[in-house]
Amino acid sequence: MFSIECNGITKSYTAKKQSVLALNDISLQVHQSEIFGLIGPDGSGKTSIIRILTSLILPDAGNAKVVNCDVVKDYEKLRTLIGYMPGRFSLYQDLTVEENLQFFASIFNTSIKENYYLIKNIYQQIEPFKKRKAGELSGGMKQKLALSCALIHNPVVLFLDEPTTGVDAVSRIEFWEMLKELKGKGITIFVSTPYMDEASLCDRIALIQSGSIMSIDEPQNVIQQYKGELWSIIAQNRYQLMMDLKSWERVHSAFSFGENIHVSFKLSEISTDQIQQYLTEKGHDRIQIVKIIPSIEDCFMQLMIRK
Amino acid sequence: MNQFWVFVRKEMWHILRDKQTLFVLLGMPVAQILIFGFALSNEVKNSKIAVLDLSKDQITQQLIERIDASKYFDLEENLTSPKDIERIFKKGKVKLVLVFENNFDKNLQHTHEAIIQLIADGTDPNVGTTLISYASSIINDYQKELFGNQLILYSIKPEVRMIYNEQLKASYNFVPGVMAMVLLLVCALMTSIAIVKEKELGTMEVLLVSPLNPFFVVISKSIPYLIISILNIVSILLLSYYVLKVPIKGNLILLMGVSILFIITSLSFGLFVSSTTRTQTAAMFGTLIGLFMPTLMFSGFMFPIDNMPWPMQLLSNLIPSKWFFIIVKSVMIKGLGILAIWREVLILLGFTVLMLFISIRKFNKRLDIA
Repeated sequence: MFSIECNGITKSYTAKKQSVLALNDISLQVHQSEIFGLIGPDGSGKTSIIRILTSLILPDAGNAKVVNCDVVKDYEKLRTLIGYMPGRFSLYQDLTVEENLQFFASIFNTSIKENYYLIKNIYQQIEPFKKRKAGELSGGMKQKLALSCALIHNPVVLFLDEPTTGVDAVSRIEFWEMLKELKGKGITIFVSTPYMDEASLCDRIALIQSGSIMSIDEPQNVIQQYKGELWSIIAQNRYQLMMDLKSWERVHSAFSFGENIHVSFKLSEISTDQIQQYLTEKGHDRIQIVKIIPSIEDCFMQLMIRK
Repeated sequence: MNQFWVFVRKEMWHILRDKQTLFVLLGMPVAQILIFGFALSNEVKNSKIAVLDLSKDQITQQLIERIDASKYFDLEENLTSPKDIERIFKKGKVKLVLVFENNFDKNLQHTHEAIIQLIADGTDPNVGTTLISYASSIINDYQKELFGNQLILYSIKPEVRMIYNEQLKASYNFVPGVMAMVLLLVCALMTSIAIVKEKELGTMEVLLVSPLNPFFVVISKSIPYLIISILNIVSILLLSYYVLKVPIKGNLILLMGVSILFIITSLSFGLFVSSTTRTQTAAMFGTLIGLFMPTLMFSGFMFPIDNMPWPMQLLSNLIPSKWFFIIVKSVMIKGLGILAIWREVLILLGFTVLMLFISIRKFNKRLDIA
């Protein structure tokens, strides 16, 4: 039995009399107590999927079940079983940390005491500030409080919409640690993120672009499915290097990755020397060419181009 | 039920922690009552008058003293000839001139008719009419004292007589008006803003994904405003009774009862606005333009409805404040009972039920996104 199961979900919004397709035939399954990552850029439809699965909006077509509850028909039961942390910080800014937690505990008919074991490790970090108003917390602390509030009723499935957006690097690492711990307690976690580097922290991922899922698999399988080889190239004049690579007929794709340019070629039988030769002819200096293992982002780019 | 009270308590925290808004909510009725009562009063006090006494007998002297002693009039000048009347009006200081005819006392004794002429400055017709009616009522009182229970022979006939407001006290009129305004502001405006705020801040999203019945959320948000509104009614009534000396002639419990009914009507309008708007600004404009402006214009508080063209009069029937205004005037000032106002009460009830029904129907159990 799957924790989350959806088939052929389609959703479009009407803005200014124009219909925009936000989700196109989305189907996915999430196993019990796994961390499932929905990975895609802004506007790719991540929030729409989460809102449909949390029964906040209705799909135009298709059906979805969360913990065996239909998201349209059984929404009342569903809402007692899931925890949800929206993308925007949505706690009461003028209530204290403790009051926020207490409030969310009581609307779920439970108490802080009852489920304290679940949030203990997270809440302990913000407990020294429990008399402080939520609006006065730092970004990382707000996020921990929001997570505590979403967890306080011991949900079966936890939905997190971009929980690490706008949070510093250290807090992000801590946050993923917490998710792993929750997974250990049997909670299914459905998390969306625009950061590709967080993909490897999930058990399985779905890559989503413009409302369509391009691939669903374990992160390492997604990487293994990368077609061809990938090269990372550096030269002194980065801009000229990019122009020359893009105009080279043998190049399939070239993307800038920080200082490097990741390049894939149409015919895999290409050697470092051949690349070196071409670039030297073009007058490039201080060239470094390394063959690399693709990252999730490389896979994402390849899938995007193939589409 | 526990959830409900937890929610109400949370709502109270929101309100109590926002000290400025709370101060405005509780202070506004006090300020409005005092401003309307003292500063914006269209009552006439200490108006300067002049007297042309051609008779100079005992009766005229007494009458002049009586008028001068009242708080409405100050005797500015004793005129000596009719020519002076025009001169003194042109100076603009004096608003009313009393002219006693020759042999006033004698005429009154013998012919039972003496003439006193009241000449008022008509540039401001309202002030003029008011002054004349004040003066007439003083003269009438004096006559009654003079002749006791004998056949009263009017020397002049009073032009105006107000049945329920003999001294034309403006405060009688504006207390119900201020009540309607304040209750509408606190209930409709604040409730709709409070609900829409949750939508705007994104907390509604979290509340929806919880076992709480969404309509429950909305109802519990309006409870604190119900309490604040009741406090407001009490402060308005205390101020108008003790400071402005407006009598509460009717049954106090009936008055509170109809006020609470109007509070609930306003709350249901607030719910309606909040179910149709998505931002706090939209909710505010919706209530101000849709409810507050019509209350000022069509409730009969600022402008008499009888003077309006018939389409406007028809339109005014759709304004709940109009009916509340009528009810409060009837109960508080005329001292009438439920029998006199049951029709208006039913109309308010009808509005409330209709608005609640529409709001419940329109209330979204899911997120409304464009």
